[in-house]
Order: sequence, then structure tokens, then C-alpha cells
Amino acid sequence: MTQQLASTPPPRPRRVLPTGEREQQVLDRIERARRRRPKLREERITMSHGAGGKATHTLIEAIFLDAFRNPLLEPLEDAARLPMNGAGEAGGAAAVALTTDSFVVSPLFFPGGNIGDLAVNGTVNDLAVAGATPLYLSAGFILEEGFPIADLTRIAESMRDAADAAGVAVVTGDTKVVERGKADGCYINTAGVGTVAAGVDLGVANARPGDKVLVSGPIGDHGVTIMLARGELDIEADVESDTAPLAELVAGLLGAVPGVRALRDATRGGVATILNEVAKAADVGVLIAENAIPVRDQVRGAAELLGIDPLYVACEGRLVAVVDGDQAAQALAALRAHPLGAQAAIIGEVTAEPVGLVTIKTAFGGTRIVDLLVGDPLPRIC
Amino acid sequence: MRFVDEFRDADKAHALAARIAALCEPGRQYKLMEVCGGHTHTIYKHGLEDYLPECITLVHGPGCPVCVIPMGRVDDAIHLASQPDVVMTSFGDMMRVPGSNGAFFDANARGTTIKMVYSPLDSLKIAKANPDKRVVFMAIGFETTAPSTAMTVLRARAQGIKNFSVFCNHVTIIPAIKAILDSPDLRLDGFIGPGHVSTVIGCRPYEFIARSYGKPVVVAGFEPLDILQSIYMLMLQLHEGRSEVENQYSRVVPWNGNPVALKAIGETMELRPYFEWRGLGFISHSALKMRGAYADFDAELLFEVPGVRVADPKACQCGEVLKGVLKPWECKVFGTACTPETPIGTCMVSPEGACAAYYNYGRLSRQRVPEAISIEPSRP
Repeated sequence: MTQQLASTPPPRPRRVLPTGEREQQVLDRIERARRRRPKLREERITMSHGAGGKATHTLIEAIFLDAFRNPLLEPLEDAARLPMNGAGEAGGAAAVALTTDSFVVSPLFFPGGNIGDLAVNGTVNDLAVAGATPLYLSAGFILEEGFPIADLTRIAESMRDAADAAGVAVVTGDTKVVERGKADGCYINTAGVGTVAAGVDLGVANARPGDKVLVSGPIGDHGVTIMLARGELDIEADVESDTAPLAELVAGLLGAVPGVRALRDATRGGVATILNEVAKAADVGVLIAENAIPVRDQVRGAAELLGIDPLYVACEGRLVAVVDGDQAAQALAALRAHPLGAQAAIIGEVTAEPVGLVTIKTAFGGTRIVDLLVGDPLPRIC
Repeated sequence: MRFVDEFRDADKAHALAARIAALCEPGRQYKLMEVCGGHTHTIYKHGLEDYLPECITLVHGPGCPVCVIPMGRVDDAIHLASQPDVVMTSFGDMMRVPGSNGAFFDANARGTTIKMVYSPLDSLKIAKANPDKRVVFMAIGFETTAPSTAMTVLRARAQGIKNFSVFCNHVTIIPAIKAILDSPDLRLDGFIGPGHVSTVIGCRPYEFIARSYGKPVVVAGFEPLDILQSIYMLMLQLHEGRSEVENQYSRVVPWNGNPVALKAIGETMELRPYFEWRGLGFISHSALKMRGAYADFDAELLFEVPGVRVADPKACQCGEVLKGVLKPWECKVFGTACTPETPIGTCMVSPEGACAAYYNYGRLSRQRVPEAISIEPSRP
């Protein structure tokens, strides 16, 4: 024992770093860990995998991207941009945009809309924010045995009205019926194609420091409406879904402002999720100002009561735009010129640092991170 | 928004911050513990630490009800939920808390029905609507949530509802604070008292902290200005050499608490001899169970509960974090092995947990964030 002790080399004097530097070392280590490819650990699908947050991203990267990997899919934008024969010819479209989306909203009917107009607007908007002019839609229905025909009629009529408003036609479709209990009334899948004009190249990876970030109107209306419409919370508020087609708004913006870098519709995961996608794809930081973000008082109040953050709540008729800083005022004016953008606002800017992170200057005057959520926002208990 | 924005006023915050800074004695370090997880959440969500001078450190205490639930209790709950015809309900925070074999979300993926509710009364509604199911409410929380569980049980009895029971995991705050005060590796200068708990128990139960341990306590509200003001009140006490219990949250907290709520708890629940706290170990008389008179609503008697104790994962230092000995980032697995996606310890699960709050909101190198943002509020 004594021998062993004697042969032990004297302990190397450890330089004790000041607290700030030690913390920075830990933060750097965490950033390295976060950049690693996410690993899918679960053995079964949980509800978190469908919430649009980190769990969804991990699932898509680990399963779908892994299986289908190709250059058209890899950007993981809202719509794929397909090169066409003869594309780029003078006056012609540069590419075709293709997208698909499934709708499982519960309840099927809610203030401001129903699953039908949601299914049309959702796909129209995915095309619009890719810079495409939406043209044709497909519609697939999965119906549960016993579902009232009257409800289906209402849904189909809403789809027709929404398609008319967006200037698209539903040109093909599919119907399946499953046994009672195997589905929740009615699920709808829509796919859409549109044409992208030459010179339009939108993508979150295009963002660069100095750009400004805009939203086209108050955020969180749809998500809060749905939460309240489920009737489980005994809260009533005068709020409606914002479901609307954004194609006209986008066309006006792209026509007026050449320096639009990226557009996204802020659906599942809300504005916060989109800003994180910008920060990650473009290797930039995004800094937003809480008191510049438009949120209706009813939505803020309900979110406050429920312990959730409107930044993560879904919208169905709002877009986030990243625009060349010098053209931000023009972009704001172009958005506000359309009724759907009347309450548009500049909410933040793209910064060089901290890379990959979204930060917010709170109305209170502090700074914090706005990270991706793991799954659905969970209410706090007290 | 009225009644909210007044408590988030940046100008008032600057003024308070200046008064706090003026009370700092040169060369002295101050460690103040906010006991309640709700405070931790507010502090990070609003970036409140940006207002504090470097000599003041906020230590995040054990008052996150989800964070103190040991893994064995999560396993017990999943076991209960796996019984035939059982529908379990609990608060949203619980859904991602890891047991030894996954969390509630994972259990649901394997076939259990564990639903998220906002209030125990919602569980009662589910029980009434599904008479063929046995609805078990997993009750968690401090004295804040215990009264609503108690009222629900009283209502269930009054309405003769037979298919409703409670898996009681309510804990009490005072024994936990005492355990922290008695822990040898700790140096705290004062406490930001838990506002919500105090609406029920009042301010009197904290008097021993000021009297016997000589530490000032200020019971605080949950808006950022509330917390900043209570830090000012604590600093003023320290500056003047006082140690008293003061009530910053007097717009909500009565000095003697809420006798109706306390009576409902006392009617339906009694103290357990001991209860295991995650990271803190067994603390005597620190939790509640259903009284014998309400045995027919006690899931622990109606069902067989395995009650197997599961040791905390070795790498997890939740205990040190809960006691405020370690800052979240000082834990060995923080942010690398233990993240909100794959939490090892419960401090990483709830948004009120010190680690999750720091990871989600505070994991920020202040030097790298631009000081000002060149955005004028552009609300039309």
C-alpha cells in the first residue's frame, strides 16, 4: 500500500478556470452534441413524433430521409422543387413545385373553419411559400364507418369554396372507408402542384446576417382556437382560426420585393419552430423582439392561462418572411397592402452569432433562447 | 394585456435593478434560493438574471413538483395504468417524466391510456362519462394542487361516483426546505418563498427559517417584477441585518393562508411517515396520502402497487441541483447525455425544472448575443 502510494505521481496541479469560462466550455460541448445526427431512441411512435418539434425532426431524418434520400427531398422545404423538361425557357416556368399534407384535426368543425378548408389552404400555402403559383390539388379521404353524410357534404363544400378562393382545382382524389373505431370520423390528405417562375429561389438556407424577419399577422389564432374548441378546458374566448390561402399575399410580396430570401407558413410548431429551421439551415442566429410580435390579447390571455407560449402555437394563415434588411420596409408595406397581411410586423433580424440559435429580447428586457420543443407544448401545473 | 403587462414593465425593472445593485456590499457574494419551480420558469422565460449584478446568484430550489417524483413512483403509476379498464389521468408535466421503463408517453405507445388533464375535476368528468372504466388520477404537487385533489374527492363522494380514485403523490414544502437548510454542503443567504403554496399555507410556516436559521424569506409572486422586487426586499433585509418573513405577494397570499383549502386537505389526507424525494432521498412527514375514511378513493389500496424502489441513475446529479449545490450546467451529464429529448433526471423534464429551464432558455453565451435589437415595435 505504502509502495503504491509512493509510486503515484504527484497530482498535476489543475488550472481552475473562472466560472464564466467553465460554463462556456460546457455550452460549447453541448452545441457540438446538438450538431451530431439525432438518434431515434424510441421503439414505438409516441404523440411527440407528430408534434412538429425535435421528435418529429428526428423521426423524419432517421426514418424517411434515410430511406428516400435524394437531392430534391434533402432541403426538407415545404414543397419539393422539380426540374422540368424545357424549364427555364423564356416566359416559361422554371420548375414545378409538389407538396402533400394530411389533416387529422379534432374537432372537425371549429370557429373560423373546418377540416375541409384547412386541407385546401394548408397545401395551397405550402406551395405559395415555396414561391409557386398553386394550380391543382388531389384530395384523399379516409372515412370512418358511421360518419354523417351531412358533415361530409359540409366539408366538401368548404373545400370547394377554399379552392375557388385560392384559384386552384381539385382534379383527382381517393376515398377509403374504415371500420368504426379505426379512425376519428374523417381524415383528409391533399397534394398540390404549382409552377415556380424563373428567378424565384426561396429557402431558409438563403438567410444571411442583416436580413429582417417578418410575420404577416397575429400569431397563434388557429392553435388556441382548436385547443378551446375541444371543450376540455372550460375556457371561452372570442377567437377564430386564421385558416386562409396565402397565394395572393405571397404573389404581392414577391412582385414588390426582389430581396425575399425565404417564406414559411407557420403551422405546426409555430413561428418558433420556423425560426429555428432558419438558424439551423443558414448557420446564422435569429434575434427577435417580444414586444414586436403581434399576438391577439385573447390568444395571449388563453396561452398565459394554459401555460404555453404563442410562439409555438400553430397558425394556418400566417407566414414568416426573411427579407434583405434594406428591403424590409418595402416588404412590410407589400404585406400590409393585402387584407391577410394588414397586421404584418417586422419581428426580428438575422445575426451572425450565436450560430444555430434563436434568441428573444423579452418585453421585460432580458434575453433568452427560443429552442425547438421536444413535442407538443405541455401545460405547466401551477 | 391588463394585469400582466404592468408586471413586466422594463422601465420599472431597470429602476429596481439599480436599487438592488446599490445594496450589494463590495466583495460579498449573495446566494438566494427561489424555492418554487414556477419562479425558476419566470426567471428564465423573461431573462431576469440579465438585471442582476454578478455578485447575486439565484439557486433553483426543490419546488418543482414533477422534479421530485422518484422513478419508482412513475413505474407504479404505469403499472396502475396497465391494469384492465384503467384510464389514468395526470397533469401535462408528468407525461414525459422518465420511469425505469420509459415515461407515460411511451407507456401509451405500448397500450395504456394515460390522459392529460388541467384539473382533477376533469378526471371526475371522465369517470362519469365512462362508467365502465376505472379512472385513476395521479395527483402530484405541493400544497398548491392538494386542495383541488381534496375537493375532487369530496365531490366524488358527494355524487356517489365509484369508479374514481386518486394515486396520491402530494408533497409538502416545509420538510423539503428544512432538509435543504440542514444539508451541510450549502450556503444560502435567503429564500424567495413560494407564492402559490403560500396562498394555501400562508406565511407563518416559514417563520422558523427566519428565527432558527437566521435566513430572510420573502414570499413572492410569479411575474418578473414580483421576483425582482422580492430580491430587492431580501437584499434590503441582508443590508440592514434583519431576518424576517415578508410577503411581497400580498395581493394574493393572506398571512394565515386559506383555511377552507387547508380544511379540505385535512379532511381527506394525512401525512405519510416518510416519502422518497428524487435526489433528496427519504424525508420524514413530507408527503400526503388519503385518509382511512376515504380508502375507497385511494388507488394504493384499491389496486396492487408494486412500490419497487428504483435508484436514481448514477450519472444524475439532480439532488445536488435541487439543493442548489450545483448549477445545472455543472452536472456531468447536462446537455450531452441528459437533454429535454432524453432526460435522465426529472430536473430536465418539466419546464419548471432547473435544468430544463436553463437548457431551454438560458443556455446562452451572453457575449455572443447582440446587445440591442434594431426593431421598433411595429404594431399597426
